[in-house]
Amino acid sequence: MYKYFPHTDEDLKEMLEKVGVKKLDDLYAQIPESIRFKGDYQITSAEGEMGVRRVFNQLGAENKQLTCFAGYGVYDHYVPSVIPSLLQRSEFLTSYTPYQAEISQGTLHYIFEYQSMMTQLTGMDISNASMYDGTTATAEAMMMAVAAGKKVNKVLVSATLNPKTRQVIDTYALHHGIELVTIPMKDGVTDFSVLDNQLSTLDGVAGVIVQQPNVYGIVEDFTGFADACHEKKVLFIIDSVIADLAVLKTPGEWGADIAVGDGQSLGIPMQFGGPYVGYMCCTEKLIRKMPGRIVGMTKDNRDQRAFVLTLQAREQHIRRQKATSNICSNQSLMALFVTIYTSLMGKKGLKEVAELSYAGAHYLCDELLKTGRFHLAYEKPFFNEFYVKYDGDADQLYQKFIDAGFLGGVRVEDGFLFAVTEKRTKDEIDELVKIAAL
Amino acid sequence: MNNKLYGNLIFELSKEGRIGYCLPDNNFGNYEIPSSMCRAEDAALPECDEMTVVRHYTNLSNNNFGVDTGFYPLGSCTMKYNPKINEEMAALPQFQNLHPEQPAETVKGAEHLIGILENYLKELTGLAHFTFKPYAGAHGELTGLMVIDNYHRSRGDLQRKKVIVPDSAHGTNPASAAVCGLEIIEVKSTADGLVDIADLERLVEQEGPNIAAMMMTNPNTLGLFETSIPEIATLIHNCGGLMYYDGANLNPMLGVCRPGDMGFDVMHINLHKTFSTPHGGGGPGSGPVGVREGLQEFFPFVSPYNGNFAVMMRACAYILSLGREQVKLIGPLATLNANYIKESLKDVYELPIDGLCCHEFVFDGLKDKSTGVTTMDVAKRLLDYGYHAPTIYFPLLFHESLMIEPTENESKETLDGFIAVMRKIAEEAKTNPDEVKSAPHNTPIGRVDDVLAAKHPVVTFRQLQAEA
Repeated sequence: MYKYFPHTDEDLKEMLEKVGVKKLDDLYAQIPESIRFKGDYQITSAEGEMGVRRVFNQLGAENKQLTCFAGYGVYDHYVPSVIPSLLQRSEFLTSYTPYQAEISQGTLHYIFEYQSMMTQLTGMDISNASMYDGTTATAEAMMMAVAAGKKVNKVLVSATLNPKTRQVIDTYALHHGIELVTIPMKDGVTDFSVLDNQLSTLDGVAGVIVQQPNVYGIVEDFTGFADACHEKKVLFIIDSVIADLAVLKTPGEWGADIAVGDGQSLGIPMQFGGPYVGYMCCTEKLIRKMPGRIVGMTKDNRDQRAFVLTLQAREQHIRRQKATSNICSNQSLMALFVTIYTSLMGKKGLKEVAELSYAGAHYLCDELLKTGRFHLAYEKPFFNEFYVKYDGDADQLYQKFIDAGFLGGVRVEDGFLFAVTEKRTKDEIDELVKIAAL
Repeated sequence: MNNKLYGNLIFELSKEGRIGYCLPDNNFGNYEIPSSMCRAEDAALPECDEMTVVRHYTNLSNNNFGVDTGFYPLGSCTMKYNPKINEEMAALPQFQNLHPEQPAETVKGAEHLIGILENYLKELTGLAHFTFKPYAGAHGELTGLMVIDNYHRSRGDLQRKKVIVPDSAHGTNPASAAVCGLEIIEVKSTADGLVDIADLERLVEQEGPNIAAMMMTNPNTLGLFETSIPEIATLIHNCGGLMYYDGANLNPMLGVCRPGDMGFDVMHINLHKTFSTPHGGGGPGSGPVGVREGLQEFFPFVSPYNGNFAVMMRACAYILSLGREQVKLIGPLATLNANYIKESLKDVYELPIDGLCCHEFVFDGLKDKSTGVTTMDVAKRLLDYGYHAPTIYFPLLFHESLMIEPTENESKETLDGFIAVMRKIAEEAKTNPDEVKSAPHNTPIGRVDDVLAAKHPVVTFRQLQAEA
């Protein structure tokens, strides 16, 4: 009949007979005629595998492959071949949410490892089993802060948060009845004196959201932030690119109550925006306020160590409209990318990746400054991404980069945000600078 | 499956000094990360060689059960076959290496692919526009409700904050409404398991000007087609509300009925259900939202780029493979499979509502309740026989719900095998109930202590070590 349909004519006959109808169409006898779909869908005719391959290859050829110097939350890190190979294990790929613990230990086990890794990287106590991406995880953190407080509906957000993240949390805030107040920036970093003032003058503040490194790649100094927040019973939320936390001072060390962000930087390809994975970690005190799935350790009736979805009383299928979130899945398979990547790179490898990215970015920055046509927008310490202004026609230069096969960063205002990962070689950087110097 | 020999955590396999990577030399000169930026201590992450990592995760996968392993009759989840060609297409480097900030002229193929998928979905649903931003079904629900909320706000209809849902609705429906700042009112079901029109009329009468939308899935969570859907849509539209279609149960409608033609204005589609993208142990999914003409201006910004693009690629490859010739057979074959199981088991399992079902149906436990064997026991015993369990204790309308959904990909032999085992378990419940109540016996682990896990949460390796 068709490769995905096993029904032979004989099967159909026997099954229809058992059901007590004459033909397939009779199965829908109860549906009013007026709304029945008749005829054929106006879509493509079926393609065999060779045809599908041809169509996708043609579409692929319409894209231009560029050497990537862009970041803005999505980074071109190397994905070791172990990852795609293990990810195609169909016992992982084709399983559902691990409700039946007895035949889902594989998934539950790696999620437990994932949670352990996230808490190590963020320096926090607890991690959930993952979320959609960094931007929506930040939105969930915002709602969590409001739900955890009493009679609060304001959240303060640093102006140095990535504008895409801001747009997403603006959307959630509008519908959820949360008022977002911007903390202005000064010289490219969150203005602490204004924040301090906002905390003392504004009523009903639930949380403060900052980003580290911030949208300009700058590593901010959050000294005093947590104390100022906690004095007013306000939750301090830090949004970070997870890979950077292998070396940077952690959200835990800064005194954060919630750490969120995107996990794409740990082994997930850029794939035009998704799927990625969001992480969310918090202090032990907040565990029952946390949205999303959580895996915990327990025992089975044979006294073996086992893992299971736990604290489900927070979730939508039990609590319905009173749940901590409407989220009913995690991003399991993407969490597996992160878990395997982190297992391979381990304690040392993640640091080396960070060091290479840092060195490459600083080398690129120095070389660009040497051309005399660029200057740093803010004289602040940065990590592997930086914001430079250009004294010529930035759009034209950006196009020149593309013509030469480079994604020359992200265009912002009168300059560029360049990001460098361990994948970029010295030759590639020199080539980019040569174009920029022309 | 081998939990005993390979039950370690990756942390327990770690040994100081081992590495599983090879990075290029740092030839950029002397750029050192200033210690003032750095964490005080290294993260305590595993240190393993490559083969140790590969064996560990390969063995973990052996403790899992997927659609490729065996029959997965999980109600409301549409566990259909995930074709291999789709995986290969989604991994093509010409797409995988695209940065989402790349300018349009360099991503024409990707944009083109999104356009093709949008055209398919428009035609299959009868709706006019789609946004692909939502990452999953629940995210789609939230997005769709935001569209509805934005629409009412734009008309100054600020008091429309109530959403009607049937009492049989998926738990995400009320939760999504709450996140969107909306309030739920439940409409009762009749004894036949359908929306009680008289109760709905009463709600519309009472709440008319406050009603933002009615949210339903059709067929509903009992697998029953809501035959009064044209009347329901008229009632809601006449009071100024919009109709939301929860696309979780779209599969049996392919080739049969389009949400747009049923009178729905906004819907989401679970690409990971109806369009064969793998569930991945809980995600990633993709939940595109479709709307009637005129509502597209209310699409909200719920994610930064193109949603889960690589998931969309798989769905596109699937529809392209089936084409108009096969897509229309999906619904009828899935529906036939469900009815075949139902008719073959209704003499031993309690079928609360008789008659034709769509893609799924719900038993209220065993017919013979005297044995003390519960739905949970039946579910666990199925694992012993190599089947995944059905969805249990949902919908909440019955005490012992056992919700079964076979997809169009399952053969008569598979269904017959499942039916035989279900009958055997019903027999065991009478002759050897203890065997069933203590199941499973043949799985890597036995029944787990949920209470212990929740009472004393141990959710990281650090906590686990502290316990030891």
